[in-house]
Amino acid sequence: MAGIVGYGAYAPKYRIKVEEIAKVWGADAPSYKRGLMLREKSVPAPDQDVITMSVEASRNAIKRAGIDAKKIGAIYVGSESHPYAVKPSGTVVAEAIGATPDIHCADFEFACKAGTEGMFVALSLVEAGKMEYALGIGADTSQGAPGDALEYSASAGAAAFIFGKNDTVAEVEHTNAYMTDTPDFWRREYMHYPRHAGRFTGMPAYFKHVTGAATALLEISGTKPEDFAYAVFHQPNGKFPTTVGKKLGFKPEQIETGLLCPRLGNTYSGSSPMGLTAVLDVAKPGQLIFMVSYGSGAGSDGFIYRVTDRISKVQDLALKTTDYLDRETIQLDYGTYAKFRGKIRMSE
Amino acid sequence: MSTSARYWREIPQRYRYEASKCKGCGAVWFPPRLICAECGKREFEDVTLSNTGKVQTFTVIRVAPNEFCDESPYAIGVVELDDGVMIQCQIVDCLPEEIKTGMPVKIEFRKVKQEGQAGIINYGYKAVPAA
Ligand SMILES: [Zn+2]
Repeated sequence: MAGIVGYGAYAPKYRIKVEEIAKVWGADAPSYKRGLMLREKSVPAPDQDVITMSVEASRNAIKRAGIDAKKIGAIYVGSESHPYAVKPSGTVVAEAIGATPDIHCADFEFACKAGTEGMFVALSLVEAGKMEYALGIGADTSQGAPGDALEYSASAGAAAFIFGKNDTVAEVEHTNAYMTDTPDFWRREYMHYPRHAGRFTGMPAYFKHVTGAATALLEISGTKPEDFAYAVFHQPNGKFPTTVGKKLGFKPEQIETGLLCPRLGNTYSGSSPMGLTAVLDVAKPGQLIFMVSYGSGAGSDGFIYRVTDRISKVQDLALKTTDYLDRETIQLDYGTYAKFRGKIRMSE
Repeated sequence: MSTSARYWREIPQRYRYEASKCKGCGAVWFPPRLICAECGKREFEDVTLSNTGKVQTFTVIRVAPNEFCDESPYAIGVVELDDGVMIQCQIVDCLPEEIKTGMPVKIEFRKVKQEGQAGIINYGYKAVPAA
């Protein structure tokens, strides 16, 4: 059965705290921290973008897979912050990992769901026998408008997964999708910041689609929440995945390992994929993992993974996701953050 | 255009740290050479440089050229990789005053510069403190 043969994540070293952002906009930090269940978020260095983080995450994935990158037959980078409007991020990433020239490539976009869609397509190509290995990546360096609620959470990170049929560390037992036309969050061409429909982003958007995908996934797989060791949901903040998990019947212990948002922020396309890497870092053979992503617009992808014996041989072959979170971070003040993120209007 | 063309030619070194190892004397050249400067042989095998090393020496740039002025102050150093090859690159993800000679570093993939607002982005390697 096809599945993940190698995985890896990357998070930048810089952070900004909720208090530091709230101070600038006269907002109440404690209520934001409580409401979003979020303490701080990652910030990309000025020399980092979706491409650089995808390269680092992919290099970690290749180390764990232990394969020759030339055997990767497709690369799909899912992101809403690709550095170029026209020129695929995947071209640079594939070149950097040494996977060119015999490789299929296109960038994916679907708000925060682009990464899991890339994973699904990579998996499907391998299952179809079109290629030996395929690489799916979710990465973002997203921005919220200054003072907007999204500014507290929009962060940066990447996760990469190599799919194959042999030597898997986690087999993919089931997949599904749940998608409708729901205008909860969008960004028009040439606009710098996204717009969102405020309160609309909760019930008819995140909760409807995540619950829709999750319920169908449990049904088609004939599983129950208690069958899973871990559950990972998209994390626009700390609260939504906790709430949706509880509603579906998952316990906090099943969710907390993959819940990175409280100290990482919302890494958008990297969100549930990074949560999955954190789970794989500690998972044991035979365990089942439940995963549902969410992307505004709107849709969710569901996956059920079964961890194999090989997991324990690869966990220590590259930096773990918590290594990136636990390492000494550099805290930014709002001014430096604004400079890093290009929020300051410069002389032309 | 000339900047882009040179950047493109150097991708194997900038992205993948490809070097050449002399089949005669074993000397490793980065960037690769056609003739070994040690023994004069012309046969090489391709090798990939190690991605960890130590800071040999460094300097802090406080008055930067125009295209890097947003980044100042920043550090440029010579890093001796674990395979003995010396490379020159920026040292990032730390304050310049925290950098010390002998500090262990890791090589990461980063943006090196942008060719203006509308031009291509140049990627390459930089050193960061080892985790
Ligand atoms: Zn020689």
